Amino acid sequence: MRRDVFQAIADPTRRAILSLVVVGAMTPNAIAEHFGSARQTISKHIQILTECEVLVQKKTGREIYYHFNPKKMKEIDIWLERFRKMWEDSYNQLDDVLNDL
Amino acid sequence: MTNNFVFESDLAARTIRIVREFNAPVEKVWKAFTDPDLLEKWFAPKPWKVETKRMDFTVGGVWLYAMVSPEGQKHWTQYEFTAIENCIAYSTTGMFADEDGNTGAGAPKTYRNVTFLSIGSDRSKVETVITFTDEATIQMFVEGGFKNGTAVTLNQLDELLVLE
Repeated sequence: MRRDVFQAIADPTRRAILSLVVVGAMTPNAIAEHFGSARQTISKHIQILTECEVLVQKKTGREIYYHFNPKKMKEIDIWLERFRKMWEDSYNQLDDVLNDL
Repeated sequence: MTNNFVFESDLAARTIRIVREFNAPVEKVWKAFTDPDLLEKWFAPKPWKVETKRMDFTVGGVWLYAMVSPEGQKHWTQYEFTAIENCIAYSTTGMFADEDGNTGAGAPKTYRNVTFLSIGSDRSKVETVITFTDEATIQMFVEGGFKNGTAVTLNQLDELLVLE
């Protein structure tokens, strides 16, 4: 299955996990403690976020920490910026059409 | 005078909101959004062109059009009008189609609400809210965007974007 940033943010639990990890790197246990869901469910979400490369695993001592990868989220901004530009361009053309009406 | 362009996304809600003001009475702006001859003049960002095959601006009716690339390649999209309030608002469901207006079963949809507001004798405001059905829709939108940087892919992306 394809993994990308949009899939990362498509789920409310994953968005919640991201908002936690943005503040600081966390172990999977620390993340799971914030949720009522089964630990396995949270692990699955963490796995998807890692596959989407929005989270990066780093080992510190014996513990694995998950870090937020801001570079990946930038893709959304790029896409939205393109979309925004297209609307702007079309609407500028519409100004001319309205002038001639 | 500024045109007060607003482009806001709420990815959690899967919506994008676009607001813009125009120096024209609301009746004229409405016409530019709903008359296919006028739509063809502005709807596609250059160098793309819009070619209308069918336009039935009634509830249940459709606008079937092609986005035509500079190379002449056509990408068909169909909007179904789901609600119309003359000079006030209209809603559509957008889907990819073939040139006969056949849409694939389970094809991703986007929903649009477009509202028109008179803010002076010669000035209007248009607000568009686009809602993406689901994750699949967003993914589809992205497919073209980040796979690679070829011109073809970017053109496809443009076409996807214009579908809204």
